[in-house]
Amino acid sequence: MLDLTWLLIAVPLASSLVLILLGKRADAWGHWMGLAASTAAFVVGAGAFLQMLGLDAESREHAVHLFTWISGGELTVDAGLLVDPLSITFVLLVTFVGTLIHLYSVGYMEHDPRRRIFFAYLNLFVAAMLLLVLADSYLLLFVGWEGVGLASYLLIGFWNHKPEYATAANKAFVVNRVGDVGLIVAMGLMFAAFGSLSFETVFAHVGDVSTGQLTAIGLALLVAATGKSAQFPLQSWLGDAMAGPTPVSALIHAATMVTAGVYLIVRSAAIFDLTETARLVVAAVGAITLLMGAIIGMAKDDIKKALAASTMSQIGYMMLAAGLGPIGYAFAIFHLLTHGFFKAGMFLGAGSVMHGMNDQVDMRRFGALRTAMVVTWVTFGLGWLAILGVPPFSGFWSKDKIIESAFVGEGWQPWVFGLAALIGAGLTAYYMSRLFFMTFHGKARWTDDAHPHESPWTMTVPMIVLSVGSGLLGWFLATGDRFTTWLEPVTGHAEHHEPVLAVPVIMALTLVLVAIGAGLAWFQYGRAEVPTTAPAPSLGTMVARNDFYQDSVNRAVFQRPGTHATRTLVYADAALVDGAVNGTGSGLLKLGEFLRRFQSGQVRSYAALILIAVAGLIAAVVLGVL
Amino acid sequence: MFTAPDLSYMAFAPIIIVLLAGAIGVLVEAIVRDAATRRAAQLTLTLVATLGALIVAAVQWATTTEAGVVAQAGFFVMDKQALAWQCMLLVFAALGALLFAARTRAGEEAFTPLGSAAPGSPEEAEALRRKLEVTEVFPLLLFAVGGMMTFASTTDYLALFVALEVFSLPLYIMVALARRKRLLSEEGALKYFLLGAFSSAIYLFGVALLYGAAATTSYAGVLGAILASPGDLALFVPGAILVLVGILFKLGAVPFHTWSPDAYQAAPTPVTAFMAAATKAAAAAALVRIVFSSLYPLEWELSWMIWTVAIVTMVVGTVVALVQTDIKRMLAYSSVAHAGFILVAFAGFSPEALSAVPFYLLTYGLATIGAFAVITQVREKADDGTVGGEATRLGQWAGLGRRDPLLAGAMALFLLSFAGIPLTAGFIGKFQVFAAAIDGGGWPLVLVAVLASAAAAFFYVRLIVLMFLTDVPEDQQEAVEVDYHPYTRVVVWITVIATVFLGVMPVWALQAASDAGVLLTGL
Repeated sequence: MLDLTWLLIAVPLASSLVLILLGKRADAWGHWMGLAASTAAFVVGAGAFLQMLGLDAESREHAVHLFTWISGGELTVDAGLLVDPLSITFVLLVTFVGTLIHLYSVGYMEHDPRRRIFFAYLNLFVAAMLLLVLADSYLLLFVGWEGVGLASYLLIGFWNHKPEYATAANKAFVVNRVGDVGLIVAMGLMFAAFGSLSFETVFAHVGDVSTGQLTAIGLALLVAATGKSAQFPLQSWLGDAMAGPTPVSALIHAATMVTAGVYLIVRSAAIFDLTETARLVVAAVGAITLLMGAIIGMAKDDIKKALAASTMSQIGYMMLAAGLGPIGYAFAIFHLLTHGFFKAGMFLGAGSVMHGMNDQVDMRRFGALRTAMVVTWVTFGLGWLAILGVPPFSGFWSKDKIIESAFVGEGWQPWVFGLAALIGAGLTAYYMSRLFFMTFHGKARWTDDAHPHESPWTMTVPMIVLSVGSGLLGWFLATGDRFTTWLEPVTGHAEHHEPVLAVPVIMALTLVLVAIGAGLAWFQYGRAEVPTTAPAPSLGTMVARNDFYQDSVNRAVFQRPGTHATRTLVYADAALVDGAVNGTGSGLLKLGEFLRRFQSGQVRSYAALILIAVAGLIAAVVLGVL
Repeated sequence: MFTAPDLSYMAFAPIIIVLLAGAIGVLVEAIVRDAATRRAAQLTLTLVATLGALIVAAVQWATTTEAGVVAQAGFFVMDKQALAWQCMLLVFAALGALLFAARTRAGEEAFTPLGSAAPGSPEEAEALRRKLEVTEVFPLLLFAVGGMMTFASTTDYLALFVALEVFSLPLYIMVALARRKRLLSEEGALKYFLLGAFSSAIYLFGVALLYGAAATTSYAGVLGAILASPGDLALFVPGAILVLVGILFKLGAVPFHTWSPDAYQAAPTPVTAFMAAATKAAAAAALVRIVFSSLYPLEWELSWMIWTVAIVTMVVGTVVALVQTDIKRMLAYSSVAHAGFILVAFAGFSPEALSAVPFYLLTYGLATIGAFAVITQVREKADDGTVGGEATRLGQWAGLGRRDPLLAGAMALFLLSFAGIPLTAGFIGKFQVFAAAIDGGGWPLVLVAVLASAAAAFFYVRLIVLMFLTDVPEDQQEAVEVDYHPYTRVVVWITVIATVFLGVMPVWALQAASDAGVLLTGL
């Protein structure tokens, strides 16, 4: 199975191409084929995983050489896959959650005339994401990185007949390009420093280059990660990305693609291990984003945008953990895994709510849905308990570890990062409980045409499966340090460090803050009346509701000067460059008109031309050379 | 005294299969009376022969552990270089045969019903009424391919001449067989024939001079004679120049290119597709072998000629293509420019050219056949809705991207490949050729070539702009219809896939080209 991992990429990719090329002929069964392709990928992934479990920890790194991609002079680029515990973890997450979401989409997109295309894009995404995590070099990773970006763009803009959705897709695309430039710069720096882009070569020679170079590479990688993972300061696209169909938000913009940045950092652990500066910046970006996301989440009334803000915040936790170095890598991936389950579950729950409420997303028009949609309520509730970090649900095991690790260290850092993580937990409890109570509890504030009902089985089954993960996965993986041991071949063994506060104190503080946050939300949104229109906001609410005015900042700092610069360039281009080109062009055209006359159509002149040319050539030799 | 030649028939198998099938095709013409059956039989025979020969050649390639075998001492070799060219020619021939067999939805084929009838005569009208067909084009195609394959594997100047005539004569006939604009077609064929005869004479004169100096006509013999008499080259150099002119004529290099725009435009488009790809490949094959197994000691004397011709060819081909208004003519001049790019590889006679030139011709040939296959599908439409001849005026292509995005997209891909844009096969081809030239110290030539390809991109992209971005008001839209046959679609798809594949994953083809980069002397 390990040698067959190329199928993981090939099968969904082939299915995607077939779905696009067959056109309407595949409308009737296309979605089932998409689901089958995703399921097949999961089966292959699970097989590889089981085979890997049977191996010793040291021999779990398996390289699959696919082909020599480019071979020219000194540059040889091989395309190959690296199957190790880290990549197989992602493979299982992507294919398992992906398959469930394919199934969910069968029901969710039932009435959409372009359902086949939707599945083609989903398959494309799965293939690209698997290529991203399985690649054995930064260059091949970049192919997957751009592939998921493309799939994300296509899916955000899937309903592009609405101009604002198309704009959202463009925004995601453009912001992601900024991050991509970071990855390109990082690859350039690596190529200059190591002469290769394969993980093997780069990681083997990190010791040979200066710390300054490593820091530069690390920071460029971080730029890439902030773009893809919606971290500060490139986070602004994620909220708008909720324009895509909800299964897309669940799979791409919650569980998998947005975590690619975390993957990139953890995969590059060898580089970050040697540069404390870059690590510190990573942790700072994570801490800032986790608070920022939480604050934005408190002010949103749109259920999907609130969940998007929460995604940002949770990825902030992962970034923070990754920035802590070897003690944090494993916990970053651990939280990524549990988050993938509970957040995808909650997004599917939100989709189910919208499905039953005529695509309403304003939580102020929900309320009391627990009776109308019992399955959705229960599964969403499990996700809610998980993200709050209530023991024994999944989030507790992973998030608590990150908070503890954040308190490890010397000087000011453990206090700043630790407190940020701790406060973040309280804020998370508040805004998630607000969301949960506003949607499922309190009084019904439905619009007149709403007739909430439970969704069909294709939608509820994935929710139930994911909620089991929300409930138990964290406990299962944390018991006996199963997961950290599993990742050890990749992330390295982490020495145990004592946090600056005792572990029970941290845990107690966390739980107290969570209880306060949830309790406050209950009083405000569970028991009290919720007005159907948002009350006049305070200054703080306003700032949060507008995403910290990130769009305005971007516009003022980047877009305006950029517009002026491009206008100047366009002018210079028209006057100078075009002038020169057009001058050359019209000159060439005149030359062409002249030369064309030699093509008179008369054989005798053609023959004469040949004869003259031959005579000229011979004469030149006789006179000149000999 | 006459001694029977010692032939290795097994080594000749690919050529024998093709020529034998051509002979059978002539019999089929005589025996099968029903036109539809005959066409089906001829197409099947041609495809079976070309693909069968392709398989045999591929097996020979795979089983040859060394550079290859000598098929007939002093005359023919089947080394990997020759096999590579032969495989390429067979692919072009199979694709060409599919285009030959395609017809419009109304059942009209590309060829005249009766080649012997004078245009506009009662005989022609009668032939049209009786729905006669000239299925002779299939055997003619096979003979031409057989000649070209021999052309690529011979190591003797006289044998080369025989092969040259074997593939040229069928081409002259095929050019004359267009269904529409028959006078133009016959005129183009006649010009092609006269100038071809003229250049053959020049070539033979060159061979005579070489024979006079070396007392042999084999490549290796001439090479030995040149090496043996370094001081006295008075006959060798003019002889070599005349021989090269004969080959450059077939390659379509300026100023020996004059036949090609007229013949390309006049010929039935399927014939143009085959001829543009295969003739150039055969000529390049012969040029590579002559230069690197016979004339390379004359590098100092000959390279200025190659440089001059290359530069003039690139400039004239590109510049004159800029002012063309007919798409077939534009592609004809573009193919002239490509002849110049091919010659760039010979700057400095770097052995890298042994691999670069076949790869370049493969990329160029696939895109050429694809582009002409697209042209056969874009048809004029009369007011009463009947589909007429090909719409070859550039203005008629405006807005094609909206009418048939896939077809226009395929055309755009071929044009980008001609222009050498990355991720298409053409880019890798140009890269290889330029790398070979730089390896031989010919960087000034590469500079000219890069400038020429930049200028050439203009007229390729202009057509793309015309297809996709030009808005034509509804009432001024030219009456154009996309009329296709499954065969043409198959050809377009195959060439599209190959062009993209060679652009994205060139490694295997480059490896094969590099394996082919060894020549056997043939002794």
